[in-house]
Amino acid sequence: MENESLYILLADDDEDDRLFFKEALEEIKVRTNVAFVNDGIQLMNYLNRPGNRLPNVVFLDLNMPIKGGMECLTEIRKNSRLKDLAIVIYSTSASDEDIEEAFVNGANIYLKKPNDFSLLKSCLSQVVNINWQYHILGLKKENFLLSINK
Amino acid sequence: MKLQIKYDIHLACKVILQEHLDRLGVPYEITGIGDVEIKGPLAPGQYTELQLSLNKYGIEILDNPAIAIVNKIKDVITEMVYLEEPLPTSKISAYISDKMKMSNGHISRLFSEVTFSSIQSYIILQRIERAKQLIIENKLNLTEVAWKLNYSSVAHLSNQFKKTTGLTPTIFQRIIERRKMLVLTSDNV
Repeated sequence: MENESLYILLADDDEDDRLFFKEALEEIKVRTNVAFVNDGIQLMNYLNRPGNRLPNVVFLDLNMPIKGGMECLTEIRKNSRLKDLAIVIYSTSASDEDIEEAFVNGANIYLKKPNDFSLLKSCLSQVVNINWQYHILGLKKENFLLSINK
Repeated sequence: MKLQIKYDIHLACKVILQEHLDRLGVPYEITGIGDVEIKGPLAPGQYTELQLSLNKYGIEILDNPAIAIVNKIKDVITEMVYLEEPLPTSKISAYISDKMKMSNGHISRLFSEVTFSSIQSYIILQRIERAKQLIIENKLNLTEVAWKLNYSSVAHLSNQFKKTTGLTPTIFQRIIERRKMLVLTSDNV
């Protein structure tokens, strides 16, 4: 049943980061399906192709070549078909300005990339759990903002 | 012209349900909030048809009984958070188990099995959601919001807000204001 797992898509050009992400998710209680794209163009192509299953949550790295995370975020929020996706900005930088800018442009979560694996696991578990709750209980995401900067 | 409208959500949903169930031509009974007993077999297409016609109103038929119960717990909590007279913390679990007609232990276990978080943390989340709405409406200041939601102080509300969202109420308010401005300017282009 579609309801029983959370479909997560990560857009990140760094291979190591993708691998850590996948391994961290495997240890979380909520059942997840993960797919990856390497850059913003691949991401938008995937999301815009009609028959593709839309993810529940998209993680966007801010610094990707050609098309960065912020540009993708703006495009996603302008598209009525994609408007309801939960968007997590997933970035090594986390200045107050970056965080505020991302939220103003429509991000739901800002997660600073943790630099050790156990922290990554606990942060991802927090993000996945809250998204699962919003998903399974059908909560409105209009004012859903969460900043994790550890 | 501006109209003030008051409505009873439970009654509205019940009437919608009745209208759609009547169309099936099969005897039924609405046994409680969110519970319907169909007394007879449904033709194969009828279930899907009912599901589709109700979806339009945001009414969903739940296939998984555990999810159905948890959604009911959710509704009870939402109702509780919106009560004008807030409950003392000690009475909350009694209130929920009374409304659900189930034991506390059973309710807590089901809720965490389905959502992977506790009822307590869900109540906090919902109170903060309500605080956000009140902050966005901008009719009350933070002290009044704290008072209305039964927080012991503004500091208590601010701390819980920061813990739940990672943001201070002030920054949250500024972000929502800027979002609105952004939507306005892009609509005018």
